[in-house]
Amino acid sequence: MLLSIDHVRKSYPGGRPVLNDVSLTLDQGQTLALTGESGSGKSTLLHLTAALDGFDAGEITLDGRPLSPLDDTGRSALRRDCLALIFQQFNLIPSLTVAQNLSIHARLANRSDPGWLTHLTERLGLTDLQDRYPESLSGGQQQRVAIGRAMAMRPKLLLADEPTGNLDETASAVVLDLMLSLVVDTGAALLLVTHSHEIAARLDRHAHLSGGQIV
Amino acid sequence: MTGPAIQALLSHWRTHPLQLVTLLTGIALATCLWSAVQAINAEARASYARASAQLATGQLDELRNPGGYITLEQYAELRLAGWQVAAVLEGPLRVGNRRVRLMGVDMLAYPALPAITEIEQGTSPPDPSEVLTAPGRLLMSPDLVHLFLSADRFPPVIESTALPPDLVLTDIGVAERLLNRSGQISRLVILPQQPRALPPLASIAPGLQRIAPSAQMDTAQLTDSFHLNLTAFGLLSFAVGLFIVHGTVGLAFAQRRGMIRTLRALGLPLRRLVWLILGELLSIALIGGLLGLALGYILAAALLPDVAATLRGLYGAPIDGQMSLRPQWIAAGLAMTLFGTLAASGHALWRLSRMPILAGPGLQAWGSQNSARLTGVIGLGLIAAGIVLSFSAKGLLAGFGLLAGLLTGAALTLPFLLSTILNLFARQARSPVSQWIWADMRAQLPGLSLALMALLLALATNIGVGTMVSSFRLTFTGWLDQRLTSELYVTAKDDAQAAQITAWLSPQVSAVLPIRSTELAHETGPLFLYGIIDDDTYRQHWPLIAQGPDVWNHVLQRGAVLINEQLARRADLWPGDTMTITPGHTLPIAGVYSDYGNPTGQAIVAMPMLEEITPGTATRRFGIRITPERASDLAQSLRDQFDLPPAAVVHQAAMKAQSLAIFEKTFVVTSALNVLTLGVAGFAILTSLLTLWTQRLPQVAPVWALGLTRAQLARFELVRSVLLAALTACLALPLGLVLAWVLLTVVNVQAFGWRLPMHLFPGDWLVLLLLTLLAAFLAASLPAWRLLRLPPAALLRVFADER
Amino acid sequence: MNAKAFILFLLLPVTSWAQGYAGLGSSAAGFDRPVTGYEFQFPRDHGPHPAYRIEWWYLTANLTGADGLEYGIQWTLFRSALKPFESDGWQSPQIWMGHAALTTPETHHFAERLSRGGIGQAGVTAQPFNAWIDEWKMQGDIADTLSLTANGQTFGYDLTLQAQGPLVFHGDAGYSVKSADGQASYYYSQPFYSVDGTLHLPDREVAVTGQGWLDREWSSQPLAEDQSGWDWFSLSFDSGDKLMAFRLRGARGDFTAATWISADGQTESLPDGTLILTPLETEHVAQRDVPVEWNVQLPDRGIDLDVAALNSEAWMGTRFEYWEGPITFTGSHTGRGYLEMTGY
Repeated sequence: MLLSIDHVRKSYPGGRPVLNDVSLTLDQGQTLALTGESGSGKSTLLHLTAALDGFDAGEITLDGRPLSPLDDTGRSALRRDCLALIFQQFNLIPSLTVAQNLSIHARLANRSDPGWLTHLTERLGLTDLQDRYPESLSGGQQQRVAIGRAMAMRPKLLLADEPTGNLDETASAVVLDLMLSLVVDTGAALLLVTHSHEIAARLDRHAHLSGGQIV
Repeated sequence: MTGPAIQALLSHWRTHPLQLVTLLTGIALATCLWSAVQAINAEARASYARASAQLATGQLDELRNPGGYITLEQYAELRLAGWQVAAVLEGPLRVGNRRVRLMGVDMLAYPALPAITEIEQGTSPPDPSEVLTAPGRLLMSPDLVHLFLSADRFPPVIESTALPPDLVLTDIGVAERLLNRSGQISRLVILPQQPRALPPLASIAPGLQRIAPSAQMDTAQLTDSFHLNLTAFGLLSFAVGLFIVHGTVGLAFAQRRGMIRTLRALGLPLRRLVWLILGELLSIALIGGLLGLALGYILAAALLPDVAATLRGLYGAPIDGQMSLRPQWIAAGLAMTLFGTLAASGHALWRLSRMPILAGPGLQAWGSQNSARLTGVIGLGLIAAGIVLSFSAKGLLAGFGLLAGLLTGAALTLPFLLSTILNLFARQARSPVSQWIWADMRAQLPGLSLALMALLLALATNIGVGTMVSSFRLTFTGWLDQRLTSELYVTAKDDAQAAQITAWLSPQVSAVLPIRSTELAHETGPLFLYGIIDDDTYRQHWPLIAQGPDVWNHVLQRGAVLINEQLARRADLWPGDTMTITPGHTLPIAGVYSDYGNPTGQAIVAMPMLEEITPGTATRRFGIRITPERASDLAQSLRDQFDLPPAAVVHQAAMKAQSLAIFEKTFVVTSALNVLTLGVAGFAILTSLLTLWTQRLPQVAPVWALGLTRAQLARFELVRSVLLAALTACLALPLGLVLAWVLLTVVNVQAFGWRLPMHLFPGDWLVLLLLTLLAAFLAASLPAWRLLRLPPAALLRVFADER
Repeated sequence: MNAKAFILFLLLPVTSWAQGYAGLGSSAAGFDRPVTGYEFQFPRDHGPHPAYRIEWWYLTANLTGADGLEYGIQWTLFRSALKPFESDGWQSPQIWMGHAALTTPETHHFAERLSRGGIGQAGVTAQPFNAWIDEWKMQGDIADTLSLTANGQTFGYDLTLQAQGPLVFHGDAGYSVKSADGQASYYYSQPFYSVDGTLHLPDREVAVTGQGWLDREWSSQPLAEDQSGWDWFSLSFDSGDKLMAFRLRGARGDFTAATWISADGQTESLPDGTLILTPLETEHVAQRDVPVEWNVQLPDRGIDLDVAALNSEAWMGTRFEYWEGPITFTGSHTGRGYLEMTGY
């Protein structure tokens, strides 16, 4: 089992619980769509899985490692070496070129593979854009760079938070296709947060969050 | 992992080169001004120390006669009682146009001096009989030699590189002849080895005062105030430079927040990130610091000749205009830079280390109304501390303590004051838009606080120092008019020629005023005693600042004395008191006159009284009263008639010009630093506004959505900046005036010994205000222009980003 | 010949002896020279002779303390003229230098003073007699009673001297030849003082009695150019007789002279070659080898003495350095005296 979310609770200071006893598992190579209303806590669950934030109770185990005992350095190592993130806002580094953005996660993880990177760049259609800066790219192009950055380090788990939320329909389709095909090719597991049931339908499994619980 | 992280962090500067330039400039400016001042001070102090070593001064106890000079008999008496003392006679010597210091020491008894050793080991050492007996020899540094070679009344000259500039060393026997002070001794140096069974000094020389080296008025002490002045300016500039650093680092961090979050999301540990950023900051500080040091060195080298001229002119300090590069200066400068940069960036770095990876948009601004109140209280505390210090402590340090307390305290209370003022305006506001503007300004205040504090400091300093310099200039010019009343000033070669000139002139001119003086030792330091004859020139023009009744008749007919302000303040002597000039002459003080030419004490008596106190004082200089139209012709005929060199006959106008030139030089450094400080402050505002700009969109977007156009928003941006600057300027004015008052009545009195009347220059303030508004306008126009140009989508995205 | 160190190059460290010890061999242009047949006049000649280049008032004394120990003291005032006249004030060309020493069997203390004439700090007056520099004084009457005082940092003495015999004149009635070339000085002595008083040692005061010897000498160039130093003895025999003997060491050979002074003051000058001086033992003092034991012979008079220093460390580390200290002698006769050696 790659990911195990076990009775996790999370609330923000002064607010009602966001996640209330959530449990979920994900196997190697599996894809899971997480849907829910706005504010249902699906993004929060994704962030907890990515070790970006701590939880109040329960445990999340990633690749055999429980997250709660880890300090910032340990969590960082986990993010760096094990999983990759794709955000709705792309979160590219604006002062780095496309090529540099593509390679940065792999290089941080000390896992550069030029051949794989070239392949990815071609497959994502970014070859001609390598020397450009993110701000000059369209949203779809930027998200393709983000996908490339994530896949370049061959993550065991890919976490995607509304990856097409800022894209128009055409771009969304392209980005989603690329992402899913790469996930299949690399054998990565995917946890995708979306509010679109259409997209959710294309994944192996589907979980729906409501009122802080999986339903 | 480190490599790509560094690449990512540094890539920011590649896309924001201007920011990097700003940051480096800020660091370099801070370092430059500070280290330039330090270099100048170090150079001057090294000169003083060198001079001290070269003259063996400041190491041994001395005996002085508080009431005047020591007699040869007193010296012999001490010697016959066993006291091992070495006699020194010092005084000013005029050579051509230049005044040098003549130091006559008893070559047989005085401690071995480097100059003597140098000459002994030279290729052709002089025979001792040449040095000890008439005409004697004059030892001096090579640059003085030409002066003496062209004048014919001096003994032969020996060059030595081991003597301070502007000093001539000779045997005491030669000195008493050249200074016309036969049998007089300025001070006795108590030699380190004394025999057994010495009788107490009090029984041998009851009239003499034993002074420990620490209490001797040496150059270093005399000039302390001047150097402290420079240091204060350097520190102020450093602080203002650091505001730029603070602003820019804040901006750079704000702009890199996204990148930093992304890097952390990609697995870069926070600790590594903080170290990397710290390393980056230190590297930039190092580069900026080195740049600043280079600039500082150039600046110091450019300013040093003026500083040296000032110090020589004001204090007779032995300093030349040569700069040398000292390793400890580089080390100290860089350390200061690194420390300063870290201090200025510490806040940003701290916030970075606390920043969660996930954060919503919209950033908490620096501080809040509560913290403004807190800093306001701290500020008031500092002001109070400064005032307390100025009452409890003494001297220049107290003055500067007061200044430091006032300035930092006022700066700290600024946010609270501004926020209170804005609150008042907001309450008056009727329309929703104006309410929003006032509220928004108040919301922006914390982010702008530091820049506005910098502006306040710069403006106040500018007003304060400007007021002081202008007041001084006004007073000084008026004083020159009063003081330099003679149309011509003549210097004769010797007494005989002086008598001839007087006889020749008398029938042709309204008055010949002899300028006759002698140097005495007073408990407050050297005292120059002048003799005057009865002439309306004095009665009408002499710049008295305090006087008893019928002052001139008392001085001219009843043996009273006039003293200069320095002396009056130092010794607390005023009309009605008496003053002991020499042991036999205790004279009533009839008046006090202002004297801005020198820091030493001065007194004026009637000519017969001078003759009685020090018989045979030379009269080689004269003032000549004549109708101004005839002055040029008379000057020429004087030169022709008596074969005088051009410099021996000087016009009043030339004299005034020369005096004013010295005056201007004194403040050239001050003015330069003043202007630079203001520039730096303007720059600080710009960087602060640019920093705020990144946080601006979420705040203006709702207003835009409510129907204000971008043009209106842009205009409000400008108004806001200009208004805040104007408010700050208004607050800076009283602070500046207080600063000027402290400078004029506390610092100047301590530093120079005179108190100047304060003049107000509203025209200057207006110019300064306009300059400030212009700076604020310019600083705000870049953000405003960006706002104007902003695509509506960007504003819309603000709402999309909200979660 | 109590020929002594002189400051002619006050400001110059002595780097070479080529010009004779302390410049005493250099030329004497403008200064008077001693001539034969000079008639001394007293008290005038107890006073200074500014027209001569060098002059001294030189007193040594062998003393015995109440504690039973032997002591020696030296009190010297040198006059060195830069120019052959005196004037008032700092620019007086007369330079005065005082040397004082106190020697015990274990320790040797010395001090030095410098002054110029014309300012009252140092000088000599003949009538009443007063020789002084700073607080050091020799005053009274050379022919009768003198009081003597001097101080260093840690030592001093206050002594009274009583003349017990007449003045004696060396050489040809006070004209003392110093070289084969005829360099000479005026030289007389009062070798018959009885002394008592107090020595101030760093750790104690000692009452002393003993005998003193005053030398007076002035000249303008007492040494020949090749002469580099001298060995000078003043010996007081237990019998009451005295002997002044010196040897000037020169590149061209030594020059010796001596004066036999019988107990009643009768003198006999002994010409060059009569005196035989042989160093017996040297001691390493102040980085040089100094003979501190001597054999002194006057074969004509059957005198053969072994002389030894009371304290071989009696080195005067003054501006111009020399050895000066009390001695005792045995052999054909016994007694005490003073030895001065320069140019080592």
